[in-house]
Amino acid sequence: MTASMTQAMTRTGIRQALSAAIARIGDRVPFLLAAVALAASLALPYWHMTLLAPQYPSGLRVWIFLTKLAGDVQEVNGLNHYIGMMKLEEAATFERAIAPYGVAALAGLALLAALLRRRWTVWLSILVVIFPLVFVADLQYWLWYFGHHLDPHAALSSAIKPFTPPALGTGRVGQFVVETRFDSGFYLAVLAALSTIAGIVARLRGPVQRG
Amino acid sequence: MSEHRDRPPIAQRKVSRRGLLGTAAGVSAGALLASCSLLQRGEEAPKLGATADEIIKQRQLTPEDVTAALMTYVPSGKYDEYLMFSSTGHGGQVLVHGLPSMRLLKVIAVFTPEPWQGYGYGGSTNEVLEGGYFHGKPILWGDTHHPALSETNGEYDGQFLFINDKANGRIAVVDLRDFETKQIVKNPLLVNEHGGCFVTPNTEYVLEADQYSVPLGGVYAPITEYKEKYRGVLVFWKFDREKGRLVPEQSFAIETPPYWHDLADAGKGPSHGWAFWNSINTELAIPGIREGRPAMEIAASQRDMDYLHVVNWKKAEELVAAGKYEEINGFKVIRMDVAAKEGVLFLIPEPKSPHGVDVTPGGDYIVVAGKLDPHVTVYSFAKIQQAIQAGNWDTDEYGIPVLPFEQCLEAQVELGLGPLHTQFDDQGYAYTSLFLDSAVAKWALGKPYREDGWKLVEKLPVQYNIGHLAAAEGDTAKPAGRFLVAHNKWSVDRYASIGPLLPQNAQLISIAPDQPMRVLYDCPIGIGEPHYAQIIKRERIKAWEIYPEVGWNPHTQSVDPNAVLKVGDERIERRGKTVEIWGVLLRSQIRPDLIEVEQGDEVIWHLTNIERAKDATHGFALGGYNINLSLEPGETQTIRFVADIPGTFPFYCTEFCSALHLEMMGYFLVKPT
Repeated sequence: MTASMTQAMTRTGIRQALSAAIARIGDRVPFLLAAVALAASLALPYWHMTLLAPQYPSGLRVWIFLTKLAGDVQEVNGLNHYIGMMKLEEAATFERAIAPYGVAALAGLALLAALLRRRWTVWLSILVVIFPLVFVADLQYWLWYFGHHLDPHAALSSAIKPFTPPALGTGRVGQFVVETRFDSGFYLAVLAALSTIAGIVARLRGPVQRG
Repeated sequence: MSEHRDRPPIAQRKVSRRGLLGTAAGVSAGALLASCSLLQRGEEAPKLGATADEIIKQRQLTPEDVTAALMTYVPSGKYDEYLMFSSTGHGGQVLVHGLPSMRLLKVIAVFTPEPWQGYGYGGSTNEVLEGGYFHGKPILWGDTHHPALSETNGEYDGQFLFINDKANGRIAVVDLRDFETKQIVKNPLLVNEHGGCFVTPNTEYVLEADQYSVPLGGVYAPITEYKEKYRGVLVFWKFDREKGRLVPEQSFAIETPPYWHDLADAGKGPSHGWAFWNSINTELAIPGIREGRPAMEIAASQRDMDYLHVVNWKKAEELVAAGKYEEINGFKVIRMDVAAKEGVLFLIPEPKSPHGVDVTPGGDYIVVAGKLDPHVTVYSFAKIQQAIQAGNWDTDEYGIPVLPFEQCLEAQVELGLGPLHTQFDDQGYAYTSLFLDSAVAKWALGKPYREDGWKLVEKLPVQYNIGHLAAAEGDTAKPAGRFLVAHNKWSVDRYASIGPLLPQNAQLISIAPDQPMRVLYDCPIGIGEPHYAQIIKRERIKAWEIYPEVGWNPHTQSVDPNAVLKVGDERIERRGKTVEIWGVLLRSQIRPDLIEVEQGDEVIWHLTNIERAKDATHGFALGGYNINLSLEPGETQTIRFVADIPGTFPFYCTEFCSALHLEMMGYFLVKPT
């Protein structure tokens, strides 16, 4: 037996052992990861915007968490009132109220899929996959809503046409350059979604019990 | 070692004229290029219209001018390294300058109402000023002399500033979190004071002393009974750092003969627990030119020696605790016979009519400047202690121990004419102002500071008639060196003519190690006469950028129960003849904006600036009622007045706050009855 053959056999052995291990838990870990990532995302901002203007040399920042707003909310509201924009905390009040339960439920579904090798748990886990898309759609809706429901009596109402601030990108309102970016919480939700997809693929390839 | 030691000043070495010009040109051209590129916003920088060499030629600058400019210029947007707090004399305020640029950063309103800060035009600042009223009489100015930064272990801690009012015998406390005056106390024993403010090494006490003696409490006594009835006092104001207030009940004074006390300093290190005041008019002269007496300036300058007062304040504290005091006007006073008997007060002869008394950084020597004597006289604290132990002293005519001059003397250094005040650097040198010579004298301290000690090193002419001088942290246990400011009384020909009242001249002087001293910059002071000043490293001061919480009352340094915390909570209530308003200010509204009262109503108006943005200050002016507040972000103020003038009064924001600032107003209507 040549050395290279021995090596190849050893390598095959390791690979076999690995795939055995993966076969045992490979369809559980991704769901577990998704559950943890989702739960953790509750404590992190999903989106933020930075407002830059000459008189704010260090900029203004607002972070959107699933459950709250943080940063220079009061200052941004104060500035927005000149163009008749609603207060930031008036957006998505329902979504913010149910977010802890909703995300806990989604994490629960991922956990269920990790624990129970049943087809229905797999189907339900698809909700975890579409969750980031739902967040983006909702964000876009509120951005549109805010930009199209300006108080016509505001001081600068005549200077501003209805507009939709970008969910991701750079816009300009008056002297402000507004940069919007997704943040760590959102990336965890995306990780949860991708991980869930990996879990579903692994599960569908492996032994799935009916029910 | 202090940080600046690692960074040698630009003009460390002597360089040739050509080399210097070349360097300066390079630096200036760089700065010009940078500013041009900023202006052009990314466009290609244009060729310089004039090179730095040409500018230097055009403006006829010398190489010394160019290095001075480079040493003092602070580029746009950059901060100064030091802050200088100086008094403004009979302007009654405190100035804050940045060093080395000498840019004026703030005028802190202290004894004089100042409308831009809303100081004395309604709100809690009126209460502060009322604390300094004399028998209920408003006193709306002061003669500020000697600012004292609070200290911890003999170094500035950047928390508080104390400042005295010579004219009315008062002391004010400024909180350096918001740079606002919090308290003015009137000393109930004296009318007039000079020997303050100086702090003990941990700000246990703030020192003060009368200047012109009066009968204790300032009561009437014929001038011919000067020796018997008039008295001096050396005062120790207890400071409560937690509350940020002087505490009269825990303070005490030591009665002295009616010598006029001048300047003071607290001991530190080995001399901690002791304090030193010098004095003039130990002749006990009294005025009365028409009565045939000589003028005071002559009569008070007859003796060759006056008295340095040496006070053991730790011992005095014990006497107070033991009840060995009398209360006069509610203030604890240790009588001079008790002070003499208990070893609290000693006198040491000092050359006639001295001015400054300054303790060296190590606390081992006391430097007295002669004023009418060309020497500084240096006393050794250790020798003073030996003389006290030896006990072979005489007494003055009031029975106060007078220690033998020679036994306490360490050295006398001849500096020139009119030595006044002394400061120190980190190299073992002392700097003394020479009023008559119009110069600063640099001289070497002896051991343990320097081997080549007790001699004059160099004199630098200044323009003109220098009074106090201040070196960077130059009266602390750890002086910083490098910079010194001469506070000159006369500017004569230094500035463009602006009429017969000329500005004072503050001159920034380089005292960089191993270089001759030189004047770097002239800064005109057109708002008062600085006497003493202190210079502190900028980083030591941790000032608030905005008030910590919305609804902050700067007087109590806590949230005001009458603050309105958010829009919509504003309200108006009427109770009989009292109308109480809880209002808010934000860009660009004053809410409520329409108030109607009846003539004769008492109005209580709470106003809160609910802004959280740095610099979003709002003013509140009610013309006709002498009201103007400055409400910084988060601040709450309450104004009270009787609406005694009927009519229509617009009120508005006085600080240009926003694009719609002019619309930030309301109407206050007073219906005639």
